[in-house]
Amino acid sequence: MDQFTINLLFVGASFALYIGIAVWARAGSTSEFYAAGRGVHPVTNGMATAADWMSAASFISMAGLIAFTGYDNSSFLMGWTGGYVLLALLLAPYLRKFGKFTVSEFIGDRFYSPTARLVAVICLIVASLTYVIGQMTGVGVAFGRFLEVNNTLGLLIGAVIVFAYAVFGGMKGVTYTQVAQYCVLIMAYTIPAVFISLQLTGNPIPAIGLFSEYEASGEPLLATLDQIVRELGFNEYTAHHGDTLNMVLFTLSLMIGTAGLPHVIMRFFTVPKVADARWSAGWTLVFIALLYLTAPAVGAMARLNITDLMWPEGTQGQAVSTEQIANDPAYDWMATWQQTGLLGWEDKNGDGRIQYYNDADADMQERAEAEGWEGNELTNFNRDILVLANPEIANLPGWVIGLVAAGGIAAALSTAAGLLLAISSAVSHDLVKGRLNPNISEKGELLSARIAMAAAILVASYLGLNPPGFAAQTVALAFGIAAASLFPVLMMGIFTKVNNKGAVAGMLSGLIVTLIYIFLHKGWFFIPDTNSFTDADPLLLSIKSTSFGAVGAIINFAVAFTVSRMTAPLPPEIEELVESVRVPKGAAAAAADH
Amino acid sequence: MSVTEKEKESARAYWKTNVRIILSSLAIWALVSFGFGILLRPLLSGIAVGGTDLGFWFAQQGSILVFLGLIFFYAWRMNKLDAEHGVGEE
Repeated sequence: MDQFTINLLFVGASFALYIGIAVWARAGSTSEFYAAGRGVHPVTNGMATAADWMSAASFISMAGLIAFTGYDNSSFLMGWTGGYVLLALLLAPYLRKFGKFTVSEFIGDRFYSPTARLVAVICLIVASLTYVIGQMTGVGVAFGRFLEVNNTLGLLIGAVIVFAYAVFGGMKGVTYTQVAQYCVLIMAYTIPAVFISLQLTGNPIPAIGLFSEYEASGEPLLATLDQIVRELGFNEYTAHHGDTLNMVLFTLSLMIGTAGLPHVIMRFFTVPKVADARWSAGWTLVFIALLYLTAPAVGAMARLNITDLMWPEGTQGQAVSTEQIANDPAYDWMATWQQTGLLGWEDKNGDGRIQYYNDADADMQERAEAEGWEGNELTNFNRDILVLANPEIANLPGWVIGLVAAGGIAAALSTAAGLLLAISSAVSHDLVKGRLNPNISEKGELLSARIAMAAAILVASYLGLNPPGFAAQTVALAFGIAAASLFPVLMMGIFTKVNNKGAVAGMLSGLIVTLIYIFLHKGWFFIPDTNSFTDADPLLLSIKSTSFGAVGAIINFAVAFTVSRMTAPLPPEIEELVESVRVPKGAAAAAADH
Repeated sequence: MSVTEKEKESARAYWKTNVRIILSSLAIWALVSFGFGILLRPLLSGIAVGGTDLGFWFAQQGSILVFLGLIFFYAWRMNKLDAEHGVGEE
């Protein structure tokens, strides 16, 4: 069976599963559509939340980001998991106790302010919509590579599948498909990693293999990696090179942003009790950790494999010949990925060999001079292909490649569905029911939720097909908004007596300052060449625009406290609301009232 | 003390204990990630782990494992506290 047929089988089987779940899990009420009837077991919810959270960025990009930078990109590992501690301790149990359907509804009620609710809805929609663009393009790319259809058709097939289970099933359909998608994506991620770890270290657990002996050298794997990348003039893998202040703030911004993302928070509305919300956050992190503990191993091992392939005689010997790349089956993946334009090489000095090294390094320039090299010849290596190409690089069987294809698509679809659900419930529950037509019937609201979902899918598909030039920047934008506006206001709603005016002033100032800082560095509304600073030479100290969310959050807190102190205290009924949110008792009743 | 005042007192104590547990958990959360993983890494550089140092391990794996422990500890501890103050759900 050829590779194309195998890929088709794996992706087709996974889609059949999602459709089957869609038929089985149809939502009959708004409670089922928004919160799966609050009947989801905490472990099930943990698995669904893990799939909801782990996007194309986690599955496809993260290992590559770590592989080519090393230690400095540990921020992604700590940031994207540490946020769950904040979520579990500071938000999830209390928001579940509050027992409503959207994040913005809590903000509106707790701060007794339609304005606060509207600002929250806008933040929620902008953050979720920018985030979903990347997922839709990710689906297109995965299809394009593995099923040889063009990106447009791939994206449309993905959109139809999401439509089937999200529009009819709402949160209920999305939850159970996300469970299936988690199983697909975690197998797709760990199985190749286990094979590779066995090949390199003899240890079947990649997370342990990373800190084990590299069988080919008899030295620890990381020590070998440090040595060979140093010999090629690259930064030592395990050493710290970047700026410490920026690394701390970037990690913190990712943590706060994770805890403030509405599509993740709303998953905790689906469990029956407050205690379940606490457990469920733990289970979520268990399922996320299975991938996140594997990712650094995947990154380091892939970096080692690639370097070995480019320097088959070792870094002091001769580089790989163009003839070998063309004829040796171990190098077939290079031709495959060259066609996608994501991998490229060029024999600049015409010696029939491809030298891969850091041509900006002084020592390497000396060696290049002596050996007649004319610059690095592995000219293009897109970090995003690392995980997808990994099974081919390690020469694994065809079915593993098919599984990785299905896994990449599952990661993108599950996150897209969660985001679309957050958008549609904000539109139908906060805007239609909350503002336009408060007397709308249950049936009417359910219909409007479905229409909002269908519309959100259309908009997301359109933006996925015609991604604005700033598509790559938008995840940073989503995190910036979540960290600077939503997280602080949710936390203050539970832990402090900040009033309505304080909340609105805090949210707006955190949001506006963060947006301005991002625009100053990335261009106004991401239009190229309208930026006054760059992330290489930022406005404030060494703080890059991607790390500014944490600063925005601090501004939000400070402004909210100051304004709140100068204005009227909380009305007694809101004091009571805060007291009631703080204790678990009565969560079932709070939900039933609704 | 009347019944409602007793209840209020118990609610205040419950919340105070909760905040204390959260603060100590967050101190550990910050220590393993920002501390051991980044700022204190130079101090830990003498402790070798699998070809590198302890700080690298904390940055790439150790902090995640501690986060897991913290969340499960908090869930267990709070469920116990709920029962002690009679504010849990049946």
